[in-house]
Amino acid sequence: MGQLRFTKDHEWVLVEGNTATVGITTYAQGQLGDIVFVEVPAAGKDLKAGSEAAVVESVKAASDVYAPITGAVTEGNALLPDAPETVNTDPQGAGWFFKMTIANPAEVEALMDQAAYDKYLAEIG
Amino acid sequence: MTKPTTTSGNIGLQIEQALIFELNTSGSTAVDLPAAPKVRTRLGNLKNDKPIGLPGLSEPEVVRHYTRLSQKNYSIDTGFYPLGSCTMKHNPRLNEKMARLPGLADIHPFQPESTAQGAYELIDTLAHWLKTLTGMPAVAMSPAAGAHGELCGLMCIRAAHEANGQGARKTILVPESAHGTNPATAALCGYQVESVPATADGHVDVAALKAKLGPTVAAVMITNPNTCGLFETECIAIADAVHAAGAYFYMDGANFNALVGRVRIADLGVDAMHINLHKTFSTPHGGGGPGAGPTVLSKALADYAPVPFVVHDGKKFMVEEHAGFGAAAKSYGRMKGFQGQFGVFVRALSYILAMGADGLRQASGDAVLNANYLRARLSAELTPAFKGICMHEVVFDDEWLKGTGVTTLDVAKALIDEGFHPMTMYFPLVVHGALLMEPTETESKSTLDQFIASLLALARKAKQGDQAEWFKGAPYLAPRRRLDETRAARKPILRWQPVEAAAPVAKQAAE
Repeated sequence: MGQLRFTKDHEWVLVEGNTATVGITTYAQGQLGDIVFVEVPAAGKDLKAGSEAAVVESVKAASDVYAPITGAVTEGNALLPDAPETVNTDPQGAGWFFKMTIANPAEVEALMDQAAYDKYLAEIG
Repeated sequence: MTKPTTTSGNIGLQIEQALIFELNTSGSTAVDLPAAPKVRTRLGNLKNDKPIGLPGLSEPEVVRHYTRLSQKNYSIDTGFYPLGSCTMKHNPRLNEKMARLPGLADIHPFQPESTAQGAYELIDTLAHWLKTLTGMPAVAMSPAAGAHGELCGLMCIRAAHEANGQGARKTILVPESAHGTNPATAALCGYQVESVPATADGHVDVAALKAKLGPTVAAVMITNPNTCGLFETECIAIADAVHAAGAYFYMDGANFNALVGRVRIADLGVDAMHINLHKTFSTPHGGGGPGAGPTVLSKALADYAPVPFVVHDGKKFMVEEHAGFGAAAKSYGRMKGFQGQFGVFVRALSYILAMGADGLRQASGDAVLNANYLRARLSAELTPAFKGICMHEVVFDDEWLKGTGVTTLDVAKALIDEGFHPMTMYFPLVVHGALLMEPTETESKSTLDQFIASLLALARKAKQGDQAEWFKGAPYLAPRRRLDETRAARKPILRWQPVEAAAPVAKQAAE
């Protein structure tokens, strides 16, 4: 089991070795409602922390998913374009968006852990 | 459950209507054509080997089909249409009468200039009033709609930067409270888009915007009044900072209906702004007709305007057709065939001349007053997203629904049962569960009162508790109940397809 971190934009990052898996949180998918379209980045794409990395569209709105850290995409979740509902049913599991390398481990450390994210959710609740 | 429960499928006198292909009675026809003569085919071996699938119906069936479909359409001519950021205002019938005058309706863009002088004068006169109403020195008339006008403005900005050796500027700043078309236009024009946050009170964060200005920024695009229905009070300070940084100031003029006769756009330091004639100047839209998005330009951008445009040589009107020559020496080129949406120009000028300066000024005032009337009275049960007065539209958040189990979407669906087109939902994105309403000056106090009474009654019902299930079932009285929007987006069926039983017919025809 790797290290799980969160951003204020409601992305989660699971760090396992040199790879980070990125998705949107259970809270985020609940706010978006039924997700109808997902666009994930292709392998090889360089991402800067905070840059637009993926697109998620629900019946309510289209939103960007931001890169939580700097690195290069190693894999986009090929399941999502055909089965966007996976983000609703299993947001922090099979509904992951992309995997990426970790250019700067300090960026991961700066993100929230589960306890800090739960506290953040309670504040914005 | 989405289907009606009567035996016929009809509800009262709302007639359930199948697709025209499903009404097919093979052999039925509305016209009695002579049999096709037997002639030698010139198509080689290509022969039609199966029916082409046109439905067969009698004339009364066809007439009823389209009449019934038209009755399912909800429009501003049917009732109140409070869709926010859309300016669904009345299209005076005088506009239509003018647009149908044979001298205006029956002309062709390829006619010799000498035979279309009146049409050119009309375009020039409309251009004059658009320049007068905005205080801007130039206007490009040809853009076909709002977003097309945005593109025109950005292409002028790009051409100006390139002409001034500033082609390396590749970034456009767009606030979160801008229209969604703004970042889309910037991206289409080849720019990187950077978002500028909004303050808690719904305005552009000027400090954040200034911090982002620099030598790579080409322009800033600001919607004013913004999609929170608020006037951007810091426009002049923003314009000064933008110009000091060597960038241009684009203002999205889609909400110009709140400002006509009250704000001179030039005084705000704007370099380019499109005007939606089909919103502010009352021509039909929303599935009802083409738009038009003339773009007013500052002196710094005027020379780069697209061709064609109308000029007057002191004796007659002429059309400047070619970029790189004469008055169009610096023009960035052509973005649309011919002169633009001429039929919309006729309607817009008709509206402007019928209203007069005093009427236009009163219309913008009434539009703002109506929105504030909704804000004040609906605040009894709903929660406004921002404090204080608004401009032409008012936005509520969903704080008032907290704990009821009822959502913004449910309220909108229940409004359909009350006979109103729902407001804009979940937009602007910066407001949680937004309900955005723009009544325009069209609506009378009695219409607004009826709408307010309906919405307040729904709000009180939601707050009673235990009403979530009832709301989830709405609408109850519409021709269709709650539609499955998720499935429509995930698995859309975009065209009718014949059932498989048609196969033997095709085979028979082939034999």
